Amino acid sequence: MNAEVAAATAAPEKKEFWRWQENTWYDETKNWKDAKIITCGIDVGSVSSQAVLVCDGELYGYNSMRTGNNSPDSAKNALQGIMDKIGMKLEDINYVVGTGYGRVNVPFAHKAITEIACHARGANYMGGNKVRTILDMGGQDCKAIHCDDKGKVTNFLMNDKCAAGTGRGMEVISDLMQIPIAELGPRSFDVETEPEAVSSICVVFAKSEALGLLKAGYTKNMVIAAYCQAMAERVVSLLERIGVEEGFFITGGIAKNPGVVKRIERLLGIKQLETKIDSQIAGALGAALFGYTLMQKQAAK
Amino acid sequence: MIANYGYKDGSGEYYISIDTDKCIDCAAERACLKACPQQMFEIITDDYDDEVAWVRKEKTRALAYDCAECKPAGGYTSLPCTTACTPGAIKHSW
Repeated sequence: MNAEVAAATAAPEKKEFWRWQENTWYDETKNWKDAKIITCGIDVGSVSSQAVLVCDGELYGYNSMRTGNNSPDSAKNALQGIMDKIGMKLEDINYVVGTGYGRVNVPFAHKAITEIACHARGANYMGGNKVRTILDMGGQDCKAIHCDDKGKVTNFLMNDKCAAGTGRGMEVISDLMQIPIAELGPRSFDVETEPEAVSSICVVFAKSEALGLLKAGYTKNMVIAAYCQAMAERVVSLLERIGVEEGFFITGGIAKNPGVVKRIERLLGIKQLETKIDSQIAGALGAALFGYTLMQKQAAK
Repeated sequence: MIANYGYKDGSGEYYISIDTDKCIDCAAERACLKACPQQMFEIITDDYDDEVAWVRKEKTRALAYDCAECKPAGGYTSLPCTTACTPGAIKHSW
């Protein structure tokens, strides 16, 4: 078969609407070589992995990418992505803390800490010491956390039994609607009247329900709005179990979706605290900050 | 710290809450470990280096079923875990 025939008969490339933007960032105004203590947090989640570098207790850089086939490689790739950009080697890092679903499988980590403690610590850095209630909307689980002014957890609840209210659920809807995931939030407001939430809390059933709504004449934007509302209601019911205190902060990928965030704020009657830092790195950032504190304690001994 | 283990699904909310502040210096000598017929509890060192009880990870998604035998329908008038935990650290949501 010649190349032209092969090209003509090949299946069209499937567009991955769910694929979110991977990104790398570092503070170009600083030089990591000037830092006395460099710590790293690696968050290997079920959907995304992040590596965050902290120099002397301050965020220096990060890399956020999709989790691969296994946790050790995902951890290595996430870290390599930022180290390559800044010319750093693993030996230059003083302490590494692993967190997230794959935290015990980070081969170069000195310690593993749960994502609950790390998200609280990260949110405390990102949103300031007024943060008291954290909602982490992860790839395949959802956590409600209370913390004190130092970012220490005082109450938490995690739901990892089903994908409702998680990033993976949003990815499924993105693919079903054939709309890039970053557009879902803004498009959910492009409706004449706000539709009722899809009634099912299960992603599998919600998918069927979404198809039914399309058949019934809903526009895609209305279906997205209905799903965003369902997701907001779902996580708010989780939050209500531990209560919501002022100083509300959302971490995880869904925090980038205004369609869900604004509906959560509407249901709770409070606004979340603002940050300029990528919400997806909260866990890894918290892990790196834990590493910094541990290094300081070691140095004080 | 209040640690809630469990889930909410279409059938209801199933959470076991453990107040770890009451658990650190357990006055009941970790009686919960033996009291639970399903060996639900385990002692771990948490993120803040405190030794506390938690609900085993593999049990957290099936509390409604695993705890069923200790509920009134199983012939119990009080839960063995909460009865054994004299400091009152353990609570069930259902």
